[in-house]
Amino acid sequence: MSNVPSDLKYTKSHEWVRALPDGTVEVGITDHAQHALGDLVFVEVPEARRKLAAGEPFAVVESVKAASDVYSPIAGEVTEGNPALAAQPEVINSDAYGQGWLMRLRPSGAVPALMTAAEYQKLVAEEGG
Amino acid sequence: MAFIPHTREDVEAMLAAIGVGSIEQLFDEIPANLRLGALAGVPESLSEMEIGRLMAERARLDGRPLCFIGAGAYEHHIPAAVWAIATRGEFYSAYTPYQAEASQGTLQLLYEYQTMMASLTGMDVSNASMYDGASAMGEASLMAVRANRKSHSHRILVPSTVHPHYRKTAAAVAGNQGLVFEELPYSMEEGRILPGALDRYDGQDITALVIQQPNFFGRLEDVDALCDWAHARNILVVAVVNPTSLALLKPPGAWGTKGADIAIGEGQPLGVPLSSGGPYFGFMTARMEHVRQMPGRIVGRTVDAAGRAGFTLTLQAREQHIRRAKATSNICTNQGLLVTAATVYLSLMGPGGLERVAAASHARTRELTDALTKVPGVRRLFRGPVFHEEALAIDRPVAPVLESLAARGIVGGLDLSEHYPELGQALLVCATETKTTADIEHYANALTECLRAARAA
Repeated sequence: MSNVPSDLKYTKSHEWVRALPDGTVEVGITDHAQHALGDLVFVEVPEARRKLAAGEPFAVVESVKAASDVYSPIAGEVTEGNPALAAQPEVINSDAYGQGWLMRLRPSGAVPALMTAAEYQKLVAEEGG
Repeated sequence: MAFIPHTREDVEAMLAAIGVGSIEQLFDEIPANLRLGALAGVPESLSEMEIGRLMAERARLDGRPLCFIGAGAYEHHIPAAVWAIATRGEFYSAYTPYQAEASQGTLQLLYEYQTMMASLTGMDVSNASMYDGASAMGEASLMAVRANRKSHSHRILVPSTVHPHYRKTAAAVAGNQGLVFEELPYSMEEGRILPGALDRYDGQDITALVIQQPNFFGRLEDVDALCDWAHARNILVVAVVNPTSLALLKPPGAWGTKGADIAIGEGQPLGVPLSSGGPYFGFMTARMEHVRQMPGRIVGRTVDAAGRAGFTLTLQAREQHIRRAKATSNICTNQGLLVTAATVYLSLMGPGGLERVAAASHARTRELTDALTKVPGVRRLFRGPVFHEEALAIDRPVAPVLESLAARGIVGGLDLSEHYPELGQALLVCATETKTTADIEHYANALTECLRAARAA
């Protein structure tokens, strides 16, 4: 059973979203996603001030098996890409919900409905995770 | 494992297993109006005997002219060992070895090739080659857009001194992907980028600047200043270089303060014969920071489970067989056979041998220029240094003069009027180490007579 913290929101494409006190959100990929990808060897995070539409690819995570796009769950403007990942992409494997965050984003407009931890847990179970 | 095609029984068994009646049925989803059907204008097949005879007759028509044309493809001496080794059965494949356990020899050869190209261009990494120099420029432009994340304009500055075919090919490859190629004017006196041509781009969002060295006219651009201008404005630099010239000229990795970001070019001068335009091969090298944006195969050295050194394709997650539509490129491959020849050629030459080829080509071109500019009605078009090509102005229309020379068994050069009509009656000539003093005198005498005849007509 995957690790799915109850205080986060989730997407069908396996991103997690954390609301931060300053009104921005933090986005990363789930523990289930990092496990499916395998050992990460390279991560490309977005530049600050980049404007993203909901569903737009904002990062690339490359493992020994595949390179995959990560999609922004929410429209907004990037406030920061995680600078630590260039040198240490493997922290996504070891700490997907903590040090492995990919970007911080200031949402613009309405925030779309995201999945709860329970709903995401169900999705992962259905996918065989 | 035997590499043999499927038998009819194999095909039928596979179709039965997936419940499909015919192979044709698998293509049902392609609408009929998008399907070509029979190929128009393609003749019926010929037998081996018939095709052998046809090709021998065509080859006779070509003859063995004395060639003074360069313009992107160059006649150099190819030691006999090059193709004797390249056509050995063990190497005789045009394609990429995905199966490392069965392909160590080819993989090691590609690794050595990459090492030599990185060293020659002064860059950190090389891929295992591309189709040709022109398509490599299209790929390098797309790569620059991916690599330059500070720029959002997708605007690429391309001097008109870059090979016209390269410019056309790059626009064909990348133009429909949102890239905009903007032409920089050249100086009619110097045959290189007009000083001050870049001023109007100050403060604008530009993704990359392409610099060809030596340029299409054989002349030397001020690469250090151009490179520094670009880097001061967060513009990436794509170098287009002749590999032979790098034995004498500063490699792209040492241009300006920081060096070019990507270097590409046509690999044909390294052991590949002139053969009606191909097959040739393109090369591409880059700074390490851009390696993940580099298209094509890259071979790496590693160790196996027992700790023994071995070779394998690396960074494949960027590539089309894994990343599909989002791969760094879906229109490239490496040119295994030609790269094999180039690797053997470079190994035989060594740095000293390549330098002698480059120096001899430069000396022969100077000799040719001296001889031809003594012909009445011929003068140099531009001032300043060249590598191994020179643009000449002649006082009669070029095309008929080239025809008269061809009738005497001389390919006299490239008529520049097609691509540069503003230059008037202009001819681009080249001499490599393959031309003797007698060849050059023969050309000068023939040109004297052809021009005299043209004036009398």
